[in-house]
Amino acid sequence: MLLIHCPYCEEDRSELEFRWAGEAHIARPENIAAISDEEFAEFFFLRNNEKGLTYERWRHIHGCGRFFNAARDTVSDRFLMTYKAGMPKQPIPVMEKAVAIAEEKTVETWEATEGDAR
Amino acid sequence: MSGSSKNLGAFRIQGAGRLTPARTARFTFDGKSYTAMEGDSVASALLAHGVHLLGRSFKYHRPRGVLSAGPEEPNALLDVSRDASRRQPNVRATVQEVFDGAKIASQNRWPSLAFDIGSFNDLLSPFFAAGFYYKTFMWPRAAWHKLYEPFIRRAAGLGEAPKEEDADHYAGRYVHCDVLIAGAGIAGLTAALSAASTGASVVLVDEQPEVGGALHADAATTIDGQNGYDWAQATAAKLKAMPNVAVLNRTTVFGYYNHGFLGLVERVTDHVARPGKDLPRERLWQVRAKKVVLATGSIERHMVFANNDRPGIMLASAARTFLNHHGVAVGRRIGVYTAHDSAYEAAFDLKRAGVTIVAIVDSREKPGEAVLAEARSLGIDVLTGHAVTNTGGRRRINSMTVARNGNFDVRKMPVDALIVSAGWTPSVHLFSQSRGKLRFDEQNQRFLPDIYAQNCVSVGACNGTDDLADLIDEAIRAGSGSVAVSGENRFEWTGGMIGAAESAGPEHAVKAFVDFQHDVTAKDIRLAVREGMHSIEHIKRFTTNGMASDQGKLSNMHGLAIAAEMLGRPIPQVGLTTFRAPYTPVTYGTLVAHSRGDLFDPARKTPMHDLETAEGAEFEDVGNWKRAWYYPQRGEDMFAAVNRECKTVRDVAGVFNGSTLGKIEVVGPDAAKFLNLLYTNAWDTLKPGKARYGIMTREDGFVYDDGVVGRLAEDRFHVTTTTGGAPRVLHHMEDYLQTEFPDLRVWLTSTTEQWAVIAVQGPKAREIIQPFVEGVDISNEAFPHMSVAECQVMGVPSRLFRVSFTGELGYEINVPADYGPAVWKAIWERAKSMGACLYGTESMHVLRAEKGYIIVGQDTDGTVTPNDAGLDWAVSKKKMDFVGIRGLKRPDLVRDGRKQLVGLITKSPNIVLEEGGQIVADPNQPKPMKMLGHVTSAYWSENCGRSIALALVAGGRSRIGETLYVPLKDKTIAVEVTDMVFFDKEGGRIHG
Amino acid sequence: MVDSGIEMATRTSSLFGLHGGSSAVRLEAAPAAERISLRVHAENVSALSGALGVDLPVKPKTSASANGRTALWLGPDEWLVIGEGGYDIGNSLMQAAANSGALHSATDVSHRNVAILVSGPGAAAAINAGCPQDLSLKAFPVGACSRTIFGKIEIVLLRTAEDAFRVEVWRSFSDYAFGLLAEGARDAAL
Repeated sequence: MLLIHCPYCEEDRSELEFRWAGEAHIARPENIAAISDEEFAEFFFLRNNEKGLTYERWRHIHGCGRFFNAARDTVSDRFLMTYKAGMPKQPIPVMEKAVAIAEEKTVETWEATEGDAR
Repeated sequence: MSGSSKNLGAFRIQGAGRLTPARTARFTFDGKSYTAMEGDSVASALLAHGVHLLGRSFKYHRPRGVLSAGPEEPNALLDVSRDASRRQPNVRATVQEVFDGAKIASQNRWPSLAFDIGSFNDLLSPFFAAGFYYKTFMWPRAAWHKLYEPFIRRAAGLGEAPKEEDADHYAGRYVHCDVLIAGAGIAGLTAALSAASTGASVVLVDEQPEVGGALHADAATTIDGQNGYDWAQATAAKLKAMPNVAVLNRTTVFGYYNHGFLGLVERVTDHVARPGKDLPRERLWQVRAKKVVLATGSIERHMVFANNDRPGIMLASAARTFLNHHGVAVGRRIGVYTAHDSAYEAAFDLKRAGVTIVAIVDSREKPGEAVLAEARSLGIDVLTGHAVTNTGGRRRINSMTVARNGNFDVRKMPVDALIVSAGWTPSVHLFSQSRGKLRFDEQNQRFLPDIYAQNCVSVGACNGTDDLADLIDEAIRAGSGSVAVSGENRFEWTGGMIGAAESAGPEHAVKAFVDFQHDVTAKDIRLAVREGMHSIEHIKRFTTNGMASDQGKLSNMHGLAIAAEMLGRPIPQVGLTTFRAPYTPVTYGTLVAHSRGDLFDPARKTPMHDLETAEGAEFEDVGNWKRAWYYPQRGEDMFAAVNRECKTVRDVAGVFNGSTLGKIEVVGPDAAKFLNLLYTNAWDTLKPGKARYGIMTREDGFVYDDGVVGRLAEDRFHVTTTTGGAPRVLHHMEDYLQTEFPDLRVWLTSTTEQWAVIAVQGPKAREIIQPFVEGVDISNEAFPHMSVAECQVMGVPSRLFRVSFTGELGYEINVPADYGPAVWKAIWERAKSMGACLYGTESMHVLRAEKGYIIVGQDTDGTVTPNDAGLDWAVSKKKMDFVGIRGLKRPDLVRDGRKQLVGLITKSPNIVLEEGGQIVADPNQPKPMKMLGHVTSAYWSENCGRSIALALVAGGRSRIGETLYVPLKDKTIAVEVTDMVFFDKEGGRIHG
Repeated sequence: MVDSGIEMATRTSSLFGLHGGSSAVRLEAAPAAERISLRVHAENVSALSGALGVDLPVKPKTSASANGRTALWLGPDEWLVIGEGGYDIGNSLMQAAANSGALHSATDVSHRNVAILVSGPGAAAAINAGCPQDLSLKAFPVGACSRTIFGKIEIVLLRTAEDAFRVEVWRSFSDYAFGLLAEGARDAAL
């Protein structure tokens, strides 16, 4: 079970208090009524679902109730940082990045352990 | 044996072991009664009585005994019960402590353990090779039903699941600590002392009844000048007395998950003869640890050779534990087959206890010099460079056949037990579960922790630290404190092998077992490789090696080595299968913990629940809510009750509990602006004191929720949602408010439970509520349909809505929840006296369907637009923006021929359609038919005197008047497409 | 009194008269109280504090009490304010907030919530039967409060003394909360 730092409560809390809320930094177009079908699909339907460093939204729904952003490594599940909603996409601190990359090599992935079996 | 009348077993050794002879317990095994000593495991107690045959293997039904003295046990799985409702199959005899009155039975045999018909499988074993199931049962297809499936079902699964509800209860608790230490052997205890000395909060966990770990087997090691085992107990006592330390015995760390989260199971009563009723059987500890110290030790491996599975053949460390801890000799004439020095120490201890050691057969040419010298001085025959090539005996070993490596001259030696050791496998399970990466220690042929993924450190045997002084150093450092501990052991161990032993190599067609529980032999693994399995993951699945309930604790390394040899690849390249939680099996009871019975899920009751019950209501579950479904009167079934309720509402009036309706208070100067963005309707035009039906769409344009919204003041709205939709609608609103429109000055609060809602609907509704209401003129002129007011009801500040989900004159009275019962009671009393009824959700559904009012989630399914539902009037055409404005313009949402909600009437009025029934234009077309849509709601309408239905039909509104068909299995029902309003089409009654 | 001889309605709490626990934990229903869910931007916190007579705490996980009122920080612009009493008709907290003259949102939730008082040496352990938070005095000192999870429901937890907590819960979840607390209390006594 994940341990997530809420930037509003300024504390690490159990995943049980949170709800995941999809990819972060996808702004709703201000002129949404005027955008093309392709732009709408890009905005609403298409997501990157990246392996590795991902920016995503969480809500501390059973805590302070606030939405916030997180940078998480989806391979190791390590949170590299969390920050308040409305802040621009934050660069990953250098130290954390080094740890994340070192971990990526160490971590058990489906490909590494079972991919050979395909 | 003691002089008392108690027979503690012929194999008890006077003066050996740590148990107290005065404390005994009686138990039965397969109906026969035995006496054990308190502290005995079932295994040690039976071995004391010379009972070695404890079960039959899974596939071949071969006789099996005790292999180990710990949780790695693959063979001795038993059925242990107190009574019919407290029975547990597949209990490891080596873990289960004996308690007085235990009823223990062997498994996987019929009709008896000694004579088991399934053992013919053993004779047929050439047909049961690895992959047998995959290959054989593929063909012929028809045989599946009658032959294969029943056979597999009978054979599959070990033991017999209990049939009665578990009479025990289970507990659970969350705990936080600075340091969690898994394993309380020398390393774990030392690390705990060290960590505790820093003032850190420490949780020390050990799966055995007492701390000590490998010291259970050991009698020679001294710590701080004291016997090692005694030191361990004294240390545990010292730790338990410290306020910052918790010591959990009989507790297994079964899972090491993300971010320092660990799952522990504590076995609270399984060893207790008569547990107190407040005691949970097991307790689930969910621990969040800042740091984890793994001191999980290592597990001895067996030797892989022909017929290595007979009862009486066991790990050398197990025999040593039974002797030194339980005071039981596992035989009188014992052979030793080893590739590691540790087995020598077992032989020495047994020899000193008076047991005959027939010979130590060592596969190595050069064992450790110290143990060799000691063996000689004790007069034990050591055959180096030799192998045990076979064993004899049916229900128990009676001989071992010994040959010089590479030589065909064999000697047969009578034995009644054979103890074996191929060396030690570090227990890296938890490290691996924590996502740490292992490296292969070529020299010692073992996997060791290499790169850590979490704040965790491995110490001692699980880290490959063999030297005692190094181990203690490492443990002290892991605890970050400073303590002094010094230890001394008698022998440094060398040796070890993985894979098949001499005489069980590829050229030998013998049954040399790798995985005992699943009957996987070295031959099976080689066959898997020959059949093209090149990955260890494939080999595992093909052979089922390591897939039994012991999860390959003994077999994985051997299997890997045999596969690597066949593949001609180094072991690290063949790879290791993934270690997954749980480390040992965990009961469902523990995982469920408190979530049973009333605590399985919250049952949400409205303030009026007891009053509804008193009126005879039947309830239905709506989400977690208990809602009154219908109120049967004497002799009425549901159909009759609903018909009466529906009729009474339209003829007189009905009282309905609407409390579960979701309610959200939207407050702030930008409240209307916000609702404009979240609903398709326009809200700035709604005046205070008025209410409006609102539709909420998602960004994709599909209907998400609906409900009535009342404006109480310029800056305060009372929003209602569907009962099931309340939490997600609030979440959806908060999402937009916080992340898309954060500058709006508006706030949202859930008020669902603040208000009890009493709906009064029907021609006499006004007359019924009139005397209770103060502070508002509720005449039709002053308070028309879709009005809202803050007023007093029975003297209590309330919110009164004039709304209707029945098409009748109707009111919804919102009173603060604590006042709900009193107001309900008074209103119902008056309503009853005027001939009204109580009605439940079923009648509510019928009444709204008569009027064509939709239920989101029943008549819509997440792909229905407001237009599809006939609600285009509720979508503002003037607004520049709202959630869904763009989605609604997508080509697929505006095309012709979309499914639209329409009414259906059956040609024969008495037939009620089935919800979900598919609709076609031509029932005689070939299958698969072209389906036009489906029935979403269907009821008998007593008020219409016929059945009615709503349906989603392609191009529905342009088909009004057409005849369509609903084909069912045994008949086809002809229907006519109509509009959605079946009753009071003019809609006059609502304004009554 | 209402016209036409209609009697005034009486109150029925969802937890009326409930009490229980074990040798280590006492469980009892808290008396009825006034409550508001208060939402205020930072610039108006002092105005609302003045109007309510209790300083709204701005530090996460903290509460403040004065004049029979307790304000619990729930989020960066959200407080649960609890006033003693509450048998009377009306909500004095709503009135006081309105008198502040500053922009805010106050919503009456007096009847939405009920409270269970948990006290005794095993109180924290009983709550930890379903609550994943660290309730050690270091992490959750007296006065600390938080919205959190308790088994399958949401609660607001306030530590009122070293061995005493107030568990605020939506009324329809009170049976579940009481049941799980009773289980936790039983286990905490072992």
